[in-house]
Amino acid sequence: MAEARDYRAIGTRPVRPDGVDKVTGRANFGADMNLPNMIHGKVLRSPHAHARIKSIDGSRALEMPGVYAVISGADFPSGAEGEISGEGGGTVSDLAMNIMARDKALYHGHAVAAVAAKTAFLAETALELIDVEYEVLPPVLDVDVAMEPGATLVDENQHTRGNESAGPSNIAAITKFERGDPEAGFAEADVVVEGDYRVPTAHQGYIEPHACTATLDEQGRATVWCCTQGHFDVRSMTAGVLGKSVGEIKVIPSEIGGGFGGKTVIYLEPLAVKLSELTGRPVKMVMSREEVFRATGPTSASHCKIKVGAKRDGTITAATAWMAYEAGAYPGAPVGPGCMSVFAPYDLENFRIEGFDVLVNKPKAAAYRAPGAPQSMHAMESAMDELARRIGMDPIDLRLKNCADEGTQAPYGPVYPPIGIRKCLEAAKVHPNYTTPKAEGTGRGIAAGFWFNIGMQSSAEVRLSEDGTVTVMEGSPDIGGSRASMCLMAAETLGVPYDVVRAHIGDTESTGFCNVTGGSRTTFATGLAVVQACEDIIAECKKRAAATWDIDADQVDWTEGEAIPKPGVNIDVQPLSLADIAGSMGRTGGPILGRASLNAQGAGAGFSVNFADVNVDQETGKVDILSFTAIQDAGTAIHPSYVEGQMQGGAVQGLGWALNEEYIYDDNGVMENAGFLDYRVPVASDMPMIDTQIIEVPNPSHPYGVRGVGETPIVAPLAVTSNAVSDALGFRISDLPLSPPRVLAAIDAHEED
Amino acid sequence: MSKVHVVTSVNGEPREMLCEPQQSLLEVLRDELGMTGTKEGCATGDCGACSVMIDGRLVCSCLMLGVEAQGVDITTIEGIAEGSTLHPVQRKFLEHAALQCGICTPGFIVATKALLDRNPDPDETTIRYWLAGNLCRCTGYDKIIRAVQDAAAELAHEA
Repeated sequence: MAEARDYRAIGTRPVRPDGVDKVTGRANFGADMNLPNMIHGKVLRSPHAHARIKSIDGSRALEMPGVYAVISGADFPSGAEGEISGEGGGTVSDLAMNIMARDKALYHGHAVAAVAAKTAFLAETALELIDVEYEVLPPVLDVDVAMEPGATLVDENQHTRGNESAGPSNIAAITKFERGDPEAGFAEADVVVEGDYRVPTAHQGYIEPHACTATLDEQGRATVWCCTQGHFDVRSMTAGVLGKSVGEIKVIPSEIGGGFGGKTVIYLEPLAVKLSELTGRPVKMVMSREEVFRATGPTSASHCKIKVGAKRDGTITAATAWMAYEAGAYPGAPVGPGCMSVFAPYDLENFRIEGFDVLVNKPKAAAYRAPGAPQSMHAMESAMDELARRIGMDPIDLRLKNCADEGTQAPYGPVYPPIGIRKCLEAAKVHPNYTTPKAEGTGRGIAAGFWFNIGMQSSAEVRLSEDGTVTVMEGSPDIGGSRASMCLMAAETLGVPYDVVRAHIGDTESTGFCNVTGGSRTTFATGLAVVQACEDIIAECKKRAAATWDIDADQVDWTEGEAIPKPGVNIDVQPLSLADIAGSMGRTGGPILGRASLNAQGAGAGFSVNFADVNVDQETGKVDILSFTAIQDAGTAIHPSYVEGQMQGGAVQGLGWALNEEYIYDDNGVMENAGFLDYRVPVASDMPMIDTQIIEVPNPSHPYGVRGVGETPIVAPLAVTSNAVSDALGFRISDLPLSPPRVLAAIDAHEED
Repeated sequence: MSKVHVVTSVNGEPREMLCEPQQSLLEVLRDELGMTGTKEGCATGDCGACSVMIDGRLVCSCLMLGVEAQGVDITTIEGIAEGSTLHPVQRKFLEHAALQCGICTPGFIVATKALLDRNPDPDETTIRYWLAGNLCRCTGYDKIIRAVQDAAAELAHEA
């Protein structure tokens, strides 16, 4: 089991290997790829949220000079089968129809055709000449309405999973689990709180729009350059949609300008390959910001009902959660993880959890940082705050009273290995930002956060150069500094300085399979592969040293980056450094490389506790975040600056969702704020510094104790904000966002009561 | 549509380019001159990823036409380092881990240089309001603000 210990490289804060390219503009992102003879593709999108497509005619567009091809759903194979591998899941068939509508357009912005032309401007102009005849249908736009019997159906062939005989329904799936006897638990309670909470649709808001460039050669082999969180999954998804085998497609990842889950799925790649096939030229496709908002996966809007009962001393006797999440036009809302995370920080005897995956005429939801957890935990952590108030207990003490520990059976099933929630709560309790009284007239809120983290498949290869420099080759796109973490773990394992290690992200044909950079898995799982590949190198280096010294390899130790004879082996030799061995490897047996491939288990759950002080302007309803403190268990922080960065960035995304971000639709299902001016993500002047405290409860399933840190940070800020605003106002606003119009309306309504 | 001949200066070098009348300066920089360090995040002037300096003034290059660049001095991210030496702002962004994905970074660095050129000693609030036109979705701004403060302190020390 990993224990906190002294490291040479791990825990330091060196400059990231890819840093210079990113501060000079040299780094190549998705839209930066250009090829000779390249042309440009654009997508025609449905102007209706729900419509039958009666006909599509591209002939007028094709007559335009400089227009090379027009495609629509008819150009893609029908009846695609199979499940999508990787984090998000879903079927290839739904993916294919989401990328290009077939007989029905299911949301405003749904792709119905695409064109390739000499320039992007020309392609856009040609879109206006594609004639589409629609039969407009009424849309269903709200999760509660969609669940009602007799509601307009998004898909007449959709049945609730496991209840296919009951007729079609917008409810695609129901998740239920239960432990103990919740009714008996509520009967024992001294206090019961109940609440109804709504969280709006929010977008990941990555600054880089989706982009790809594709070519198809004369043998039918495709090469795709794109910005993605996982190029191996792009390969399999693109193959699935096109009816090709993965061996016919090579995917080369560019640098990625943010993803947060939203770039674990594909939208453009099969279209670009198909357009290249028809034109014989490389095709580049880049989304506009408006397309990103209208047609790529946001996360689900949700409606959650929570009921919690407790004794006067704070012991929770029962809890129930009911939650309905909007999936968008195809099944797959993150309601499963929402259900599994809602009570995760607590040790509960009696609970019931029910979740509903509900179709509406909106874009298909995609993963967004801890998918599903912010919505459900906003509800539970708000209810905990109400409970603390009702029984007159400090909200941290209430959480400590019910806190899960190592050995607790998690509400979602497994028994927890060592976890950090208690340490985070204890750290919050004595944090100077918490022990300092809040300023007069302000509000303070606290909440816990959680994410499972995942392992999944990773590969790594480590190679020695003749001068002893080390090249790490792996396949996890670096979205926030992971190359630095890989280099630090390699340097630590090999016992060499950080700056002799380089890390590269290989394409699908130059490195082994890796699942997406998602689920907070990269530093854990790909890091584990890098460590094992380095151990492979060490084993080979020991053999080379043993051969040089004419002793057995098991008589050699590897210490501080050098091979030395084991204690008791009496030979008079100088230690051989990694560089020494690398310098002579051509004479001692040839090139040295190490490799590892694995399906990582034991990712180790990540817990956090966040708190904030806020001011609410009674005249305008504007909420200002005065201070924010994020405390989180990172297992072991490999590069603490990037761990802090995850905590700070996740906090501000969560605060944006809590304060302002929401999809605003008109009655026809048209998003009215599809741009950064009106979909307002936090800017620098909205935020204070974000104070961080890293807790380290090492994960026993990783040699250096790593647990994922990327997703947990977005979870707590939603309820932190709700709880702080409630504290400031003296009453609760249950729904998000706490934007000035909502807060002002609530203040006015409260004054009238 | 015939293209328009434009004579301009990019990072101190005279350049000639042929622009379509509707092309933004951002498109001309990226697609005609091959200078892809300047990024497109929105094309509506909301995100600042395409920040450049025109005659020393900070501008969103997506909001300016290429043909309007006739006779001006354009500074892009490619012109911030001096030869092979990083500008202190670039170095401080690296040292403070003030970037995660890096797509917004060129815009932030150009905007920061524009700030420090005119105000060498900005306080935190000034920095936050000056950079309010540049969106970063990864960092939560904390480390960016600290990098800017540190760069300002170093430049002041050098002066």
